Amino acid sequence: MSKVKKKVKTIKINVDKCNGCRACEVICASFHAAPKYSSNNPARARIRLIRDPIKDIFVPVYAGEYVAAECAGRDKYVIDGKEYSECDFCRASCPSRDVFREPDSGLPLKCDMCEDDPSLKEPMCVQWCLADALTYEEREEEVEEDAKLSDMELGLKALVDKYGWQKLADGVARLTEKG
Amino acid sequence: MRYAETGYNLEIDLSRGNIERIETDPGLAQRFLGGLGTNAKILWDRVPPEVEPYSTDNLLIFGAGLLTGTPAPGANRTIVSSFSPQTKLMAYSMMGGFFAPELKHAGYDKVIISGRSPELVYLWINNDKVELRDARHLRGKGTLETADLIRQELKEPNAQVAAIGLAGENRVYFASIEQGRSSASRLGIGGVMGDKRLKAIAVRGTKDVNIAHPAEFMEYCNEVLKYIKFREKNPLGMVPPILAGLGSPQEMRLHDEEWHTTNFAWGNARRRRKDFWTDEVEKNWTETSEGVRQRFLSCYNCPLSCGASVAYPGVPKYMMKCYSKLTYTMAAMSDLDFGFRINSRAQEYGVDGFTTPQTIAFALELYEAGILTDQEMSGMPSDSEERFFWLLERIVRREGIGDVLANGTYWAAQEIGRGAEEYAHNNIKKHEQLPLKLGMLNPIYFLMYSTGEKINITQIEGQFPQAPFAKREEREEFVKDWIQVPEEKFKQYFLEWEPRGDNSIPYYPSVEATCEIVDWMEKMHYLDDSTGMCAGLSSFPLKPAYHIHNLASIISAATGLDLDEAGLAQAAKRNRTLLRAINVRRGLRRADERPPEDHWKHRFPELETTLLDEYYKFKGWNDQGIPTRECLNDLGLDYVGEDLEQRGILSNEQSKKEG
Ligand code: SF4
Ligand code: SF4
Ligand code: SF4
Repeated sequence: MSKVKKKVKTIKINVDKCNGCRACEVICASFHAAPKYSSNNPARARIRLIRDPIKDIFVPVYAGEYVAAECAGRDKYVIDGKEYSECDFCRASCPSRDVFREPDSGLPLKCDMCEDDPSLKEPMCVQWCLADALTYEEREEEVEEDAKLSDMELGLKALVDKYGWQKLADGVARLTEKG
Repeated sequence: MRYAETGYNLEIDLSRGNIERIETDPGLAQRFLGGLGTNAKILWDRVPPEVEPYSTDNLLIFGAGLLTGTPAPGANRTIVSSFSPQTKLMAYSMMGGFFAPELKHAGYDKVIISGRSPELVYLWINNDKVELRDARHLRGKGTLETADLIRQELKEPNAQVAAIGLAGENRVYFASIEQGRSSASRLGIGGVMGDKRLKAIAVRGTKDVNIAHPAEFMEYCNEVLKYIKFREKNPLGMVPPILAGLGSPQEMRLHDEEWHTTNFAWGNARRRRKDFWTDEVEKNWTETSEGVRQRFLSCYNCPLSCGASVAYPGVPKYMMKCYSKLTYTMAAMSDLDFGFRINSRAQEYGVDGFTTPQTIAFALELYEAGILTDQEMSGMPSDSEERFFWLLERIVRREGIGDVLANGTYWAAQEIGRGAEEYAHNNIKKHEQLPLKLGMLNPIYFLMYSTGEKINITQIEGQFPQAPFAKREEREEFVKDWIQVPEEKFKQYFLEWEPRGDNSIPYYPSVEATCEIVDWMEKMHYLDDSTGMCAGLSSFPLKPAYHIHNLASIISAATGLDLDEAGLAQAAKRNRTLLRAINVRRGLRRADERPPEDHWKHRFPELETTLLDEYYKFKGWNDQGIPTRECLNDLGLDYVGEDLEQRGILSNEQSKKEG
């Protein structure tokens, strides 16, 4: 694979500034509703706030890749005297928890940096985080060219992992007959 | 499809353990909006006036506001309504935090609780799965601890939990319902929850809340956020820091407490300490606050972060609400440090942060005066702070004298007798007020105090400055961008309001202007309590983000209702009048509408009579403060009028005359 120049979009997360409001979840879910803003449901957000105000744990986590199986072990981190589970930082849409999966279908969710046409100045969660816990940054990087899975392919992959090829093929066949 | 609302209520009969999901009438939102309005409608329809607050027939309603669960910033209120054990009138207390949005996402606008469970239980709402679960192992547990234990046993870290503590279980008349950084504290609804033997409600929801006109609605939301940002960068000048910004008072952020400590009375609402605030106090208190403050905290979808988590060495961590850090401090004539220390305990027990310190200070005053004896107070420590802790323990357990004090100052004084009534001097309608003792009667405040159905000034006031600014130039500056006024004339009222001379209190603003100002402020609160909007962004601060001119469009865009400004004002009036009717049916009359005798040093009986007369007329009420038949019919509340007539509260003849 060849190297290409790529604009890398990053969001800097300053957990010290987070006030736990979950506006990032609200706006992400609304923005991705179809039609846009037609509904709100933080359970569909591609960002989740891991929140435990008494332990002072506030970690906004972005939805990353779908994984078929959960990790074998669960490590713990102690930072500034606060104990975090490894999952508190993990971006995976993983069967061990209900985050980053569509609540009804269970299909994985992934942050797409609010891809839109025309493209946004800043992702929606950054715009709605008035506490400045989320800051948007762009930088150029040289990366390996890589085939990127589309949303549909991601969904399919998840279904395959869940039900196996055969069941899925049967299902598709049945639906085709009906349709 | 229903927009903004879910269209379903949960009916929980605790006596029979019955759970039902009931579809609601889609026409109700147009008439009563939601939240407080529809709560009141249910209470009118289903709880007759003879029903005692602590009885199986009383209802306890957790209602989400109409806009709650939509992305409208700050629309996160749960409106808890019932009948108050203390006032015997309708009680409604709002809480922010995260509960109501979660309830909406679970698919319900309200949880309506009736009956009484044979054993202590909690309610677990997980989308369509709703169950009552044994809570005997949670008996006596603190509010935050209960929430934690429930989340653990359900393995549901994202469940939102509203719980009562020991005070609620023991049916203290000022027990609160606590939910993370928020609580519904006033008027004893935690006691009603305890009477129903319901320890907590846990809710988790993952369903959509729909928006009728998405693009338009989002534009309004973005405008609101833009304005919030603007105000954060540009606090209002001309007023003390505590009044300069948006949000609930920023009690954990600001250290300048001159305004509270010198204007509010200390002890049992007795002593002004006008020279209390010094550089040294400011320095010490700043250190105390910064030392214990862990992090600023916001409610659901609101950037204002008015609360904070508190880590005071040696006591369990908790979240501070509003002004409680000073209510205990000042009642005990003590130091801020004490306020932070005792709040941890008070919140675990779940008690109201206004009434509790006042009741304790009241008891100590009775003791000083020899009315409460050594025998009744036997075992009490000698140190003032320790006495507060000691009495708090007695009250929440209803032990000894605590059993009497647990009913609040009014009922305690009645029971103690021996002249104790004189010491319960700071009540309206049997409910403890902010400890304010001022000089000259303010006509605006006179009406709000007298007639407010919430019986709590902070939930009636707002919008119009509390006092005139000294200089005309300042007033001119203030009115320049005052877009929130319903009409231009309000600017004029303020411009001409002077600290001294002809245009000063008590005879200015004029009676007519006073009625209009009070009506405006009250209207905004009724709208907030029906939409679930936080007063901190709307009815409470000066120049708020939401106001009478943008709310109708926002509500219409979210719900698809056809509401203009006039329609919205009418809905607010309907809700307000219905609440009045509910209380009138329970016996509320003009004689009850009096601020404490010592609230102002200078009183004006004639003026006060005129103010009440005119305000009642302005509202469409008769001289007893009872809505007339005509007023009720205009609002489509004919059935309310009929009921009041049948009960002889409104006489047919009188109605004919006025109708
Ligand atoms: S919007 Fe910002 S402050 Fe609010 S929860 Fe998200 S990251 Fe935290
Ligand atoms: S960048 Fe966009 S898609 Fe990603 S979490 Fe934020 S709002 Fe959601
Ligand atoms: S203004 Fe304050 S109290 Fe109101 S919703 Fe926002 S954070 Fe909560």
